[in-house]
Parts: sequence; C-alpha cells; structure tokens
Amino acid sequence: MAFLDKHKVIETNATLLLVLSFLVVTIGGLVQIVPLFYLENTIEKVEGVRPYTPLELAGRDIYLREGCYVCHSQMIRPMRDEVERYGHYSLAAESMYDHPFQWGSKRTGPDLARVGDRYSDAWHVDHMTDPQSVVPESVMPKYGFLSNKVIDGEYIGDSMKVHRVVGVPYTDDMMENAVADFKAQANPDSDYDGLLERYGKAAVRNFDGTTALTEMDALIAYLQVLGTMVDFSTFQPDASR
Amino acid sequence: MSKKSIRHQEGDPNTTGHNWDGIEEFDNPMPRWWLWTFYACIAWALLYTIAYPAWPMISRATPGLLGASTRADVAAEIQLFADRNAPIRAKLEATELTEITSDPELLDFANNAGAAVFRTWCAQCHGSGAAGVQASGYPNLLDDEWLWGGDMEAIHTTITHGIRNTTDEDARISEMPRFGVDELLEKAQIDEVVQHVLAISGQEYDATQATAGAVVFADNCAGCHMEDGTGNRDVGAPNLTDAIWLYGGNVDALTHSVAFSRAGVMPNWSTRLSEADIRAVATYVHGLGGGE
Repeated sequence: MAFLDKHKVIETNATLLLVLSFLVVTIGGLVQIVPLFYLENTIEKVEGVRPYTPLELAGRDIYLREGCYVCHSQMIRPMRDEVERYGHYSLAAESMYDHPFQWGSKRTGPDLARVGDRYSDAWHVDHMTDPQSVVPESVMPKYGFLSNKVIDGEYIGDSMKVHRVVGVPYTDDMMENAVADFKAQANPDSDYDGLLERYGKAAVRNFDGTTALTEMDALIAYLQVLGTMVDFSTFQPDASR
Repeated sequence: MSKKSIRHQEGDPNTTGHNWDGIEEFDNPMPRWWLWTFYACIAWALLYTIAYPAWPMISRATPGLLGASTRADVAAEIQLFADRNAPIRAKLEATELTEITSDPELLDFANNAGAAVFRTWCAQCHGSGAAGVQASGYPNLLDDEWLWGGDMEAIHTTITHGIRNTTDEDARISEMPRFGVDELLEKAQIDEVVQHVLAISGQEYDATQATAGAVVFADNCAGCHMEDGTGNRDVGAPNLTDAIWLYGGNVDALTHSVAFSRAGVMPNWSTRLSEADIRAVATYVHGLGGGE
C-alpha cells in the first residue's frame, strides 16, 4: 500500500491534482465516446440519405430560428405505438447530415421525423398561416409572416461551406450552383435538371403557391423531405443493433 | 482561538493518519448495511453489462447474454398484435363491402380500427371529428352531402385511389375550367352566374342578374353541375342548391370559384394503408352519419 499512501503528495499539490484529474476525465471520455466512431453497429449505412438541398437547408435554418424543435421532436422511438402512428422508427443515418440534430426532447406538437409527403403543400400553407383553421385543438402559434419574407439564398453558400467543414459531403459542384439550385427548386418552370443531377431525389415545386420565393417555400421544402429519403420498402433493419 | 490541541481520549477510534494543519480525522467505519449495499450495486452493474449490450470490442459492442434488442422487441410486439388481429382482418378483406355493416363483430372491429386510422391519417384535413374545414376545401364527412358518392363502394374507391393526385392513375379526376383566368366568361357573366347560384341556393340575390345568369349557367355549368344545379357525383361536381359549401357560398367565394376554379386533392391511400385498414376506415366514415 506504499503507493496509495502517496496521495498526500497529490492532495497538497494543486497543479498536480488538476493535471491528474484531467487525465482521469479524458480517459473516461475516450472510453465512452471513441467506440461510437468506429464500432460498425453504431454507424449503420443506409441507402438514400443525402445532404439537404440549398432550399431545404434554408428551411432547416428557419426551423431552428423559429424554435420549432421546442415543441416538435424528430425522433420516432422503436415502440409499437410510435411506429404505428408516425411510421418506421428513426435511424441514426437519417440525421447524419443534421448539424445539430433535431431529435428534440419535448412533444407539445407531433413528431415530425416523417412528416414529409404526408400533407399537401397547400395544407402546410394553411396550417402555417392559421394552425387552428385546420386543427382546431392545436396550440401552435401562427407563422403566416413567413409568406411575406422574400429570400434570395444570398448566404446559403456560406451555410453549406460551414456544413462541409463539419462533414457534410457537399461537392464543389454543389457549392458553385448553390444559389441557382436554391431558386430552381421552388420554380417548376426553371431548368432544374442540374439540381436533380447533383442531389438525386428532390421535390421541385412552387411550395407556397405564390410567385415570390419566400421563407414559407423554404420551410415547406424542408418539411416535405423529412423522413422521405430512405425507401423503407427495401430497407432491411439489422435486428441486433 | 484555543492553541491547546485536543488530546485523544480513552476509547476514541484510531485516526486515518491524515494531518492537516493539526486537524486529524477519526477512522470511523461505514455502516455495514451501507457498505454491503454499495458492493451489491457494483456487482449488479457488472452483471448488468454482461446481460445487456455494453462493452465496446473491436467491431461491435458485446451483445449481452439476454440478447436484448429494441429493434427486435418492437418488431415482435407489432407482429404479436398483427397475429392476433390476422383472422378478423382476413375476414374484413374477404367480406363484401356492403356486408360489413351487417356483421356486428366485424363492424365493431372495423369501427375501432377505422377510427384509429382516421385519427392518424385523415384527421389533419378532415378534422379529428371528421367535420372538415368549412369554406377551406376540406370536406365535412359527417353530413349526407357527398362529392363522389357516399355508399361503401364509393367511399372505398375514394380512399383507395384518392382524388386528383398524380400518384394513382385510377384517382378520381375532374377539372373545373378557370372561367375567369382563361377568359371563358366575361366579368359581367361571372357576376351574373354567381347571382344565379345565390338564387338556386336560397340566398338573397339580384333578380335581373340572376335571370341572365341562368342562361350562362345552362350554357357553361349545367354539364357537370346539372341543369338544376344539384351536381353530379360521377365527376365530383358539388350540389349548388343546398347550404353546404366546400369553399364558401358568399359572393366573393363563389366569384373566386368561378374565375379561378377549385380542385381539391386527396392522396391515394392504397400505397400507405393495407386493404384491411382502408376497409376499416371506409366503414368508420360510412358510419359517421352520412353513409348511404
């Protein structure tokens, strides 16, 4: 026990105590965090998940700005009642390009992880403008002002650059055409072949039904892609995860 | 302020040997029960990590002796209820649509299952109470006014294929012309036909305009809405003579409807719901009050 008796040296030397404490916390952290980055069963590869298009990304920024995550989660837990109500339980890969993820922790409103393609764009406009007009019992505030805020995607390239730094695989091609793709996705009369070529499956529509490209377009574009990237008719879950 | 150190007294336990500026600490043992509970917790934690997925190895974490898996659990639970309901679901699919209501057990199941389907998939537009949204184009399903038919077969077809969607080629399709935007009618003619519609629906109207509007109606609208304005379910043309309005029955709403047209969309549910679920929700909607 001679070694253990030396603790007086540590306890009377603040700097040494600090260094050794840091070492202990570091080892503990590494043991807990590092395996998540290399274990095969935590990084399930799933076909279909792609980075958000510029318009969807702008919609996601609006989702964050308005604090939608305070009342809406984006995480369908593996439980029967949730799966039957919302659809297939969420996969980790489905939020791999979310920085930060929007799992949320509180459901005042319903989960939105698979809200994409569930309602029409017109419904979303009605609902955003006056939620109680379509869901009388709802306590959601009105977001009709989004229809009046015209956006031009001026800074979307910067946002994509930041996302690339943290690991979202935006290609140089995507970066160069950010603003063009941004505008093309909300305009079905535009030349959007490039957008589809770069991102694969993406909905090109006039989301809010008005001629101007507004925040409403961006938010609905984002909502309509949520949970739709993975084709669950072909996806085979690995049961042992 | 005392400078006199407190001496050990007879019967005092030993000290731990620590000495901090003259302060010493008695080496009192932890209560036995506390100590053993603590050891038991450690043992429990170790056993727990053996029984459940825990320790990170080279390529995966240890799966645990009990084989716990939330994914397998939820799949098993869903399967359990699917198996339990399988016989009655098979019966629901095999029974003629018109016969479902005459089998009490089947009707009970269909109404309950259908209500759950309705609240999950239909309530957003048609309302949790199925009353729709008046004047916003989301039809009320509680009344006996039907756009495309209100018997079991018609409701079943509407739910299966939807209305005016682009995802089902058997979707119910009809298109009202945009009389104003496409300049099929003059502004004055639109005003006149609106007055005619006010007249046949029992509202206050301008007699002169309505008389002229009757001619416009006969020439342009009667093909779908019929000569008397009672509508035609084959093309989803609404009855214009009653007080039920999908998009509003006042002058402004009617003028907008004639000028810009209206075309509500309903998804086809054949790709999202099973046949049994569609039949269940059709039964539920049929039983809401307006079923024919």
